Amino acid sequence: MSTPVLEVRGLAYAYPDGHQALAGVDLHVHQGESVALLGPNGAGKTTLVLHLNGILTAGAGTVSVSGMPVEKEHVQEIRRRVGIVFQDPDDQLFMGTVRADVGFGPANLGLSGAALEARVMTALDLVGMADFADRPPHHLSFGQRRRVAVATVLAMEPEILVLDEPSSNLDPASRRELADILRSLDVTVLMVTHDLPYALELCPRSVVLSDGHVVADGTTYDVLTDDDLMRRHRLELPFGFDPRTVAATLGLGD
Amino acid sequence: MGGAHGHLLHFHAHSAIHRAPAHLKVVALLVFMITVVATPDDWFAAFGAYLMVLVAVIGLSRVPATYILKRMVVEVPFVLFAVLLPFVARGPRVEVLGLSLSESGLLAAFGLLATATLGVIASLTLAATTEPQALLKGLERLRLPTTLVQIMAFMIRYLSVVTDELRRMHVARVSRGFEARNPRHWPVLAKSFGALFIRSYERGERVHLAMLSRGYTGKMPL
Repeated sequence: MSTPVLEVRGLAYAYPDGHQALAGVDLHVHQGESVALLGPNGAGKTTLVLHLNGILTAGAGTVSVSGMPVEKEHVQEIRRRVGIVFQDPDDQLFMGTVRADVGFGPANLGLSGAALEARVMTALDLVGMADFADRPPHHLSFGQRRRVAVATVLAMEPEILVLDEPSSNLDPASRRELADILRSLDVTVLMVTHDLPYALELCPRSVVLSDGHVVADGTTYDVLTDDDLMRRHRLELPFGFDPRTVAATLGLGD
Repeated sequence: MGGAHGHLLHFHAHSAIHRAPAHLKVVALLVFMITVVATPDDWFAAFGAYLMVLVAVIGLSRVPATYILKRMVVEVPFVLFAVLLPFVARGPRVEVLGLSLSESGLLAAFGLLATATLGVIASLTLAATTEPQALLKGLERLRLPTTLVQIMAFMIRYLSVVTDELRRMHVARVSRGFEARNPRHWPVLAKSFGALFIRSYERGERVHLAMLSRGYTGKMPL
């Protein structure tokens, strides 16, 4: 197989207070895949995400992105390749206008002038927010801010898009609009989520993280229909949601 | 959430004043205020002339006078202080409506009121005709250190986030039957502010993380 976009090997990390957040995680994501990262609260999902672009550095094990190890010397290139969309768009959007915010990443990469402007508008077009380029981010609705947050990362033309709880706090219409946008993107996706129907809808493959270990890695359909696995790792489907009927209706699964 | 356009104090319109470069407006405000403050208190005609200048500028800007007047409530504390002056100041006294008032106090009160009023009107006019973003650009063009401009930019950006948070905390307190009525309740308010400070500090850290994730290396690229 080709070099994986994301390759995590034996990754372990303990916080300074001694809490062992990750205890030997192995994960491969290949080009074009959409993978959901599932797990109960406190499983280590966010800690894992912060290792992917070198915000946290591994206690043991390695992370590499398209063959390039995540290390201090090329952390800038790693941060271009791995685009993280954080959970709270107010953390991600800190400039005065949408345009300046989306331009922040590419400008850090050295783009300027027309090239920068083109990059910004392409990214905003992808999330359907081009008309809002000159608005201040805090005057947008929550769903719009989440979409701009995605654009800020797309503007860096990442090799893998990492989304932390992309559907959280969205109303059903915004949630569906974001799903349409994510489906239309031609990029590798790793999505951290508690929203299991969202995972089934958008990600053919799921990885379950529990207590710092990968405890399952397979098709989302298989993971969600493994009742025993689900129960052991505090994963629960919303009331009335049955992946079997959904898969049968939509022709998902096998 | 604020209005659909601009900012709390900004009044959207198209006029020569709105279009004037922000750095010129800032310099004009500064020069105007220094002139006003340097004018002796008893040059009444000069103050009248200053007011005419402001009225003319506001007329040109097409910002309704009521819009400016309503926002002048920020001046109230100065007015209260100015009203006290004629009563407490020493020196020769005059009789006004049966009250014995200090002459120098009256003059000082007039001076204070006149400069404060002109200052508030002038600042409100600048705020009403200039988008916050343009104002920041203007300050940058005036060579204000970029660090200061960036701090102001972050303040404008996160002001609404922090006030929203403050309002939510207030609603949560009231919902649990708390109403700050007397000083014995102040410790609760102090703790709320402490919590808000810590939350904002943590948000600052998360924003920094998000900036690092997009390749921030210590200086703003734009």
